[in-house]
Amino acid sequence: MILIKNANIVNGIDKTVQKADILIVDDRIEKIAPAIKIENPKLEIIDASEKYVFPSFTDIHCHLREPGFEYKEDIRSGSLSAVAGGFTTICCMPNTNPPIDNRAMVAYVRYRAKEVSPIEVLPIGAITKGLNGEELSEIGLMREEGIVAISDDGKCVMNANLMRNALLYAKDFSIPVISHCEDTNLSEGGQMNLGFVSTTLGLRGIPREAESVIVARDLLLAKETKAHLHITHVSTKESVELIRRAKEWGVNVTCDTCPHYISLTEEEVIGFNTNAKVNPPLRTKEDVEALIEAIKEGVIDCIATDHAPHHKDEKNVEFNLAPSGTIGFETAFAVLYTYLIKNRGFEISKLVELLSINPRKIINLKPNMIKENQKANLVIIDPNREWEVKEEDIISKSKNSVFLGKKLTSYVEAVIYEGKILKKDGEIKC
Amino acid sequence: MKHLLGLKDLSKEEILKILNLAKDMKLILKSETKKTPHLQGYSVVLLFYENSTRTRTSFELAAKFMGANTTSISVATSSVQKGESLLDTVRTLEALKTDVLIVRHSFSGAPHFIAQNCSFSVINAGDGMNEHPTQALLDMFTIRERLGKLENLKVAIIGDILHSRVARSNIWGLKKFGNEITVYGPQTLLPPFIDKFANVASSLEEAVTNKDVVIDLRIQLERQKRGLISSKYEYYKFFGLNEDIYKFISKDTLIMHPGPVNRGVEISSDIMNLPNCTIEEQVTNGIAVRMAVLYLCTRKEAN
Repeated sequence: MILIKNANIVNGIDKTVQKADILIVDDRIEKIAPAIKIENPKLEIIDASEKYVFPSFTDIHCHLREPGFEYKEDIRSGSLSAVAGGFTTICCMPNTNPPIDNRAMVAYVRYRAKEVSPIEVLPIGAITKGLNGEELSEIGLMREEGIVAISDDGKCVMNANLMRNALLYAKDFSIPVISHCEDTNLSEGGQMNLGFVSTTLGLRGIPREAESVIVARDLLLAKETKAHLHITHVSTKESVELIRRAKEWGVNVTCDTCPHYISLTEEEVIGFNTNAKVNPPLRTKEDVEALIEAIKEGVIDCIATDHAPHHKDEKNVEFNLAPSGTIGFETAFAVLYTYLIKNRGFEISKLVELLSINPRKIINLKPNMIKENQKANLVIIDPNREWEVKEEDIISKSKNSVFLGKKLTSYVEAVIYEGKILKKDGEIKC
Repeated sequence: MKHLLGLKDLSKEEILKILNLAKDMKLILKSETKKTPHLQGYSVVLLFYENSTRTRTSFELAAKFMGANTTSISVATSSVQKGESLLDTVRTLEALKTDVLIVRHSFSGAPHFIAQNCSFSVINAGDGMNEHPTQALLDMFTIRERLGKLENLKVAIIGDILHSRVARSNIWGLKKFGNEITVYGPQTLLPPFIDKFANVASSLEEAVTNKDVVIDLRIQLERQKRGLISSKYEYYKFFGLNEDIYKFISKDTLIMHPGPVNRGVEISSDIMNLPNCTIEEQVTNGIAVRMAVLYLCTRKEAN
């Protein structure tokens, strides 16, 4: 039994912040009311004065690296990192080794997660067998086993006909196709965004059109097939503009971007910083502005972390040889709070939409709500705490955060999932 | 000066210090014995991940003329072929008591990566498409020697600007002295936003007319296979320093090239033989400049 006192409850849907106490009994929210008084020796009281309470977060795009790359991350370490960031449902991408492209692999991830993870881990199946972009995977069988979407993330399905078939086929199983949009003919050999900084550093650039031409292609295919297309890690102004138009046409499309694309620019690469090597690459100030505007308008539906752990030795190499990716769970909320709420004056409820409600809608899950009789899945946030991202504080097995050394505002102080305290006073309890 | 990684972050004063010292070093090159004790006892290692004749030999001679113990690691026969990482190579070199490492690498930023992970001095002998600082310094030395000044000049850089570390280092260096830079080359070989750093000419004639210096760049013939240029012949006709274009170049204009030259592709043999073409002189000046850089990088009091 847990009593959260003086909470500022942010529910997102009605866009209000309600001041109340929350009583949690077993795995459910028993009561929400002002000044709840309970006499029970087993009662755990959490004082949430000056704190926000959110429904816990869902990430529809992360990499847990198990099986095959456990030296970077595994289902348990990734889950704990997610808990640290306030996520209690995470969807892992299939680019493992072997890849999640068949029923047995889906079962393996589900089974392992039940065994070692304190939160909900939902696998995403591969669109194509072996992520080779040649033949459709057994999508129906994987759906039966528990996948919530399909994606060849990390790779683009370059064959337009195969992508069209994937969209049509996924419709039968009511799951979205998550597209990693990258024309590999245009991006080949590229190390960062093609632009001012790549010119000054002498690094081969990836033109922004490598992303947007495939966004345009996939939007046209989704328009024709009427399937649910989800475009992940959108990073350019042009992609946003295309998605905006497609939504006006009534195309069944949703999209996400990541915290680093709305806060950082290509300038992070200066000094050949390999932690700033991500794919798609960090873009320009103009793109950051366009993405923030698109979030405001609702063109961007949700935020995904694209948590992409890599071992320190893999990043501590020449820039060309470093793999792309940054970890993201533990900084996601604070980055969004700092850059959208504190710096841009967004309403606090927008974060619930972006992190709690919309990601779940996209993968057809019921939203977590802070309401009586609902499952107690919630996060307590200290909005005033300022902290610096330091390697030694990171929970993830990997430390490759593009935000290392950056100062952020707000902190995930406590996490409760199905009535269990997974994090309290900043300490992981699971 | 502990390292020389590029000219982008070097001040005008630091560049002048190197060039002034190189002037003295050139006197040593003119002497019969060509030997000084400046680097006696120092260990200089050359690590070249890319082929090179002139830069590598130039550095090696520069170090030897100053009394250093030099060793040259050929990557083709080194542990790199066994999969050793650059970081581990650096640690090995550290254990071998290296004082100065001269490195050429096909990846931009590789010398910076080494410098962040070692205690010895690192000199960049060319990294990817990023910088080739000693080449630009020797170009600047040659310009100053020939024209008597390094300021307020009109300089054209012709050819593959996109992939050229020589172009980048020259732009960074020459701009610090208030020189006006104009670039010209096929559109496929011009990097984005180059107009923020230099004037972009609309024709080769325009690029070379009324210039004090024309720096012609080497074109890598593999660019043809990658679809960036169509043929050597076409390149020479439209972008090469051929006889047709020479009439637009003043006889006082210095014609420079970092070498090695693709004769009849970037520049005609006849133009190479003209007195205002400085290709061979640049090579000699390169040793003097590299002697100066080696000297400055090994002065502990300056580090």
